[in-house]
Amino acid sequence: MTDSRKIVRVTHVTKSFKLGKLDVLALKGVDLEITAGNYISIMGPSGSGKSTLFNMIGGLDKPTTGKVFIDEVDIAQLDAYELAWLRCRKIGYIFQTFNIIQVMTALENVTLPMTFAGMADDAAAEKGIKLLEMVGLGDRFQHKPFELSGGQQQRVAIARALANDPAIILADEPTGNLDLNTGEEIIYLLKQLSRERGVTIISATHDIKMLNVSDQVVWIRDGRIDKIENRDELSISIGMIGSKPGHDTLSEC
Amino acid sequence: MKNHSIFHSDGHSDKIDRLIVLPFMKSVEIAIKSIRVRFFRSLITTISLVLAVSFLSFTRVGSDVANGLLSTGEPALRQTLIRSGYDLRPEDVSVGNSPKQQWIIVLSLLVCVVGIVNAQLMAVTERFREIGTMKCLGALDSFILRLFLLEAGIQGLIGSGAGAIIGGAFALINFFLRFGTVSFTTLSWTQAGLSVAGATLVGCVLSLVGVMYPAMVAARMQPVEAMRVEQ
Repeated sequence: MTDSRKIVRVTHVTKSFKLGKLDVLALKGVDLEITAGNYISIMGPSGSGKSTLFNMIGGLDKPTTGKVFIDEVDIAQLDAYELAWLRCRKIGYIFQTFNIIQVMTALENVTLPMTFAGMADDAAAEKGIKLLEMVGLGDRFQHKPFELSGGQQQRVAIARALANDPAIILADEPTGNLDLNTGEEIIYLLKQLSRERGVTIISATHDIKMLNVSDQVVWIRDGRIDKIENRDELSISIGMIGSKPGHDTLSEC
Repeated sequence: MKNHSIFHSDGHSDKIDRLIVLPFMKSVEIAIKSIRVRFFRSLITTISLVLAVSFLSFTRVGSDVANGLLSTGEPALRQTLIRSGYDLRPEDVSVGNSPKQQWIIVLSLLVCVVGIVNAQLMAVTERFREIGTMKCLGALDSFILRLFLLEAGIQGLIGSGAGAIIGGAFALINFFLRFGTVSFTTLSWTQAGLSVAGATLVGCVLSLVGVMYPAMVAARMQPVEAMRVEQ
């Protein structure tokens, strides 16, 4: 495997929404390449088109013009089956609101994607327990979501995202509904996963704690990419952000 | 990480439709679990079905008993039947379903279907996020459709089964109180059994018809839309 493989390629993507009679251009031509195995943060204020771009990369939405390639496959060309396949095996999703299926236990949540992928029940349960142990919930796999705290639910979601060994994990504001410490734990868990398993992690966020672990930060502003910073260039902007009041210090790691 | 690309160079694979699966037993399991967890919601959906089916079963079994009584040819029983509300002309030898009665039954069933559609649409709305999540995990439209149909089928079977038995029992009790044991001895039990089974079947069909539109709405939903819903 070449480490510089481009797992996601976005070319000249625009996206417009109809808002009543008004056409709103959420993305105004975005070009982006994401290298496999990296930890990417997409940063930007709300309304910047961040979520739109994010959904596009995840194959949850199709661009109005332009193309999105995942593993060199144009997702606009995929039919419903292939999209489902992509969502099942290639991409793991993590959401701000956790989106644990409430009627199922933690373990059942984790094994559901494996069932979709055709794995036998026993093997799925075994792997599910392993994944839950890995995210630190080894003793809670029979719990229902309402018996778990927000941070624990997000851990279940992470385990579920990893169920079919995806190449990409998409995390939409994964720390948005969590307190500072829990959010930090989740971020480090994600970072650890990206390092140990070589999973590409793409997270849309405005949590500045994320900068610390990101290999690359994509700043979105007003439907366009403002700038893309690699890890080594980050210190400049960190200094700038760090000067904002109420922000915890960002240590180099 | 394994370095195999699932996609062929031409962009699609013919293996794909076999690769995303939800075994039938698994979907039954999920459907039952879903009903159990949302017991009260399921109960509300089912209750209109129970009522309509028990009404249907009540009238059908009632006619069966009345027919049994008529077949004895005793004028006293005939008089009591007429007094208890059956429209019998002198030449009638059996209690048919009068147009009036049929209209009432059809109306009650119609109201019941509308009730089910309403309750199921609510249920689907409540579950937008769950449906969206499942789709993000790779569920196909058909899985969602199947889950909803299964749930409705199970609810329909239990609800209309209960309704048919309750309605039939009420009819029997009603006739027993009016006529005594003669209503049982003259009754064709196979006919009554068929009436109850028929009412159950009608109930199941109604339940499935009622869930069809809501389930299709749920299945066709794009995951993004589902996720956008605030709950």
